[in-house]
Amino acid sequence: MQHDKDFESIEEHEHHHHVVPPRIYITVLLTLLVFTAATVGASYIDLGPLNPVIALAIAATKMILVVLFFMHVKYSTKLTKLTVAAGLFTFLILVGMTLSDYWTRAWGRW
Amino acid sequence: MSDSQVVVHGAAEGAHHEHLPYQRHHFETYAQQSDATNFAMWLFLLTEVMFFGGLFTAYLIYRNWYYPAFVEASHQLDIFWGTANTAVLITSSFTMAMGVWCAEMKKQGALVLCLVLTFILGLAFLGIKTIEYSEKIEKHHVPGFHYSVQSFLNPASDPEVHKKNPEDKPLPYDMARHTEIYFFLYFAMTGMHALHMIIGIVLLGFMIIRARAGAYTTGHVTYVENFGLYWHFVDIIWIYLFPLLYLISRH
Repeated sequence: MQHDKDFESIEEHEHHHHVVPPRIYITVLLTLLVFTAATVGASYIDLGPLNPVIALAIAATKMILVVLFFMHVKYSTKLTKLTVAAGLFTFLILVGMTLSDYWTRAWGRW
Repeated sequence: MSDSQVVVHGAAEGAHHEHLPYQRHHFETYAQQSDATNFAMWLFLLTEVMFFGGLFTAYLIYRNWYYPAFVEASHQLDIFWGTANTAVLITSSFTMAMGVWCAEMKKQGALVLCLVLTFILGLAFLGIKTIEYSEKIEKHHVPGFHYSVQSFLNPASDPEVHKKNPEDKPLPYDMARHTEIYFFLYFAMTGMHALHMIIGIVLLGFMIIRARAGAYTTGHVTYVENFGLYWHFVDIIWIYLFPLLYLISRH
């Protein structure tokens, strides 16, 4: 009996694991395709310095959609959420600091 | 959890029977095993983020330094193929996500179908990339001894691109030379991305065979799930490569 109960509790825990329904995947797919069309469209309009800003903002939005839904982070454990956030943070620090150094020095402009 | 008590009391031998067959003995529960594997996969992906981060940083620095060269060199890329490939890759991410769902729902036939579709879309992506690469090879836009700055010294000599970008001025030789850096980064970044795709496609081929044998529809979805994370990560890299290489120097 004890064994049966244990098995059930394991099974139960397994079902606790969130299964993302297909309707969410379809919505995300369509949104990603719309954003792709939007970023291509925006690239043909001359917005000066805003062009790269908009392109990267759309890319970041697409990335967030993929990470949250396709990669299940929205439904993941706190550990996974923290890992992803820490990774993004470290990435931004490394790239941001490197770029701010290069872009604020005259050297290299030969 | 009641079964942890059994383990604590040292009756581990007996406790093994209650475990699901795919649960490794050093984990107390399957949920713990699957969380640990998921965590490990994310740590691997973070090392990949740092790796591609170096390439992205190099691109941003050189783009900032040699802006005119980067603008005109990026006009050599075909926005149509770039957009098509983005759509192909996003759709392949969707079929992969559906594959994970099928595995979780224990739908073997649908899982095999999803994996096959992902495999085909992955190949389609590489096929389009081959068309693009061969055009660069023909025009001598591959960095190296045979690199040609002709299209940038004299844009009119490249009528196909010039027609789409009539405002492109001839670059002075010093600046035209720097278009080679753009193409170096283009091949480094898209090549490294394509290498990840090739690895992914090989793994998909292996998974299709295993899925047909019913390996992932037993309730043990870790492999499919973690491969999905890898595939989506490769998709995200492209989501950034596309605007940076193709789009931001248009208009």
